Amino acid sequence: MIQAVCIKQVADTETRVKVAADGKALDPAGVTWILNPYDEFALEQALRVREKLGAGEVVVASLGGAGVAATLRNALAMGADRALHLRADAPPPDSLAVARALAAELRPLSPDLVWCGRQAVDGDAAQVGPMLGELLEMPCVTAVAGFELEGRTAVVERDIEGGREVVEVQLPAVITTDKGLNEPRYASLKGIMAAKKKPIEERPAQLGEPSLEVISLALPPPRSPGRVVGQGVEGVQELIRVLRQEAKIL
Amino acid sequence: MGELSNMMLLKEEHLQVREMARRFADEVVAPRAKEIDEKEEFPADTVKQMGELGFMGMPYPEKYGGAGLDTLSYTLAVEEISRACASTGITLAAHVSLGCGPIYANGTEEQKLRFLVPMARGEAIGAFGLTEPNAGSDAAGTQTRAESVDGGWRVNGSKIYITNGSVAKYITFTARTDASKGVKGISAFILDTATPGFRVGKREKKMGHRGSDTVEVVFEDCLVPAENMIGEPSGGFQSFMRTLTGGRISIGAMALGIARGAHEHSLRYAKERKQFNQPIANFQAVQFMLADMATKIEAARLLVYHASMLKDAGLPFVKEAAMAKLFASETANWVTDKAIQVHGGIGYMRDLPVERMHRDAKLMEIGEGTSEIQRLVIAREILRGV
Repeated sequence: MIQAVCIKQVADTETRVKVAADGKALDPAGVTWILNPYDEFALEQALRVREKLGAGEVVVASLGGAGVAATLRNALAMGADRALHLRADAPPPDSLAVARALAAELRPLSPDLVWCGRQAVDGDAAQVGPMLGELLEMPCVTAVAGFELEGRTAVVERDIEGGREVVEVQLPAVITTDKGLNEPRYASLKGIMAAKKKPIEERPAQLGEPSLEVISLALPPPRSPGRVVGQGVEGVQELIRVLRQEAKIL
Repeated sequence: MGELSNMMLLKEEHLQVREMARRFADEVVAPRAKEIDEKEEFPADTVKQMGELGFMGMPYPEKYGGAGLDTLSYTLAVEEISRACASTGITLAAHVSLGCGPIYANGTEEQKLRFLVPMARGEAIGAFGLTEPNAGSDAAGTQTRAESVDGGWRVNGSKIYITNGSVAKYITFTARTDASKGVKGISAFILDTATPGFRVGKREKKMGHRGSDTVEVVFEDCLVPAENMIGEPSGGFQSFMRTLTGGRISIGAMALGIARGAHEHSLRYAKERKQFNQPIANFQAVQFMLADMATKIEAARLLVYHASMLKDAGLPFVKEAAMAKLFASETANWVTDKAIQVHGGIGYMRDLPVERMHRDAKLMEIGEGTSEIQRLVIAREILRGV
């Protein structure tokens, strides 16, 4: 069984991001880069499937600049067999372009399962997975929190409002993964050594014509500080009045 | 803190090891640190996981069960783990550098396959028995005796302050095989702790590193097979001294980790704590302490990494390892002291980790050669051939 895992390098959520001088992208200076947390669930699940079957190949693919190699190497250290690095200056904000470039590389592999995180924690678009399904002509199940493989059928669970939905899907399929699916492993130290010998193939990303353009990017305005309406018992009357008349939530 | 200066020294595999060790330290080691210190509890669960991830045999070749990484990678891992919890850091370092070290350096191929493989895989914990009531800095004062008997040696005596002593499967130790010859009458052995006559004596109650296992071990007519001698008869003292030279780098790494942990807590606290309507980090008195801490840590870091790199390159590192251990351990004590000062009253309380770090730091100036012994080693090296 061939499984492809699409991963993205994103800014650590604890990084204080700044908008770059052109006003259209983030300033990469001083940013700590991590593997998108939702993609860790995807990679972990692919590794578990391979371990359970006792055979097969896990290929990780990522699109981006030179720095992406470190994230791919880390995925190899966790246990992926080989990596594809689709070179681009930076991942474009255009999800369709990214999905097209990934689909162009994944199609020749004829993967049985294509894994993506449910969304990247930078752009939060959650579109590449479903778009890949469309482009590869495979069914796609998104935000999966439970996964069992029975032959060529996957039984997957999704957290939905107030409950859990169980879906059956035939392989090949695209699955996007949610928190709660599994507990991602640490790369072992032997894995880090083994990763040095595993191949990372590098090719230019076939992004095609962009269909989306970023006009401007701005940080949200700072939140206004709270207001003290009064103190002690005397404050209660005023608080209720403000909640009723100004906030209109009572 | 900024780590640009390290980028010049570290290769991609080092960055990967550091990242992995840091994450493991933050997510698994740090949450247990306060509890194992308070309860004097050996973190058996964490040690087991460290074995599975390959920490317990990091710098040894894969054919001996190790991860095949270099000394610098091992240094980075000990630093990151000690930054979260020094008790866990010393458990790792005592096993890898001292327990496994003499077998890897001086053992036969057969001894490596039989003892080092399970140790490096983390399936058997190792300890190192050198110190005795009358043999501390003067290791030549060893009184534990090994008498030649049919098929091996009969050992009697005791060793004190043995890290991992009650949890170890194998202990490498020194014993006197020839009473007439001073240090040249000392040999080194490997003992399986299941051997009849071996027992754990006094459990120490310590100032710091309270989660690590520190005990007296007693040998009463223990029969050690002849094939368990490490190296030549009477070569034990020299081989153990070489082990200590390498071990000094890992103490430097631990001290560096403790100092960094205390500094990071201080930075965060100084930005959060408000007095006179502003964060105390705005005051120069606090800023200067933070700046001095960072500067000393950076200097210690370079010394420790440099000694590691010399060892990896196969170059002499006796002087550099002693300097790294000396400077890093004194830095850890200075930095943890100032960390409590930055925190003020709450820093003195057990609620926050800096008081623990200060207690943990003290051992760094004592274990594996006191600061005074390090100065002697350095002086001997720099005066040689002048």
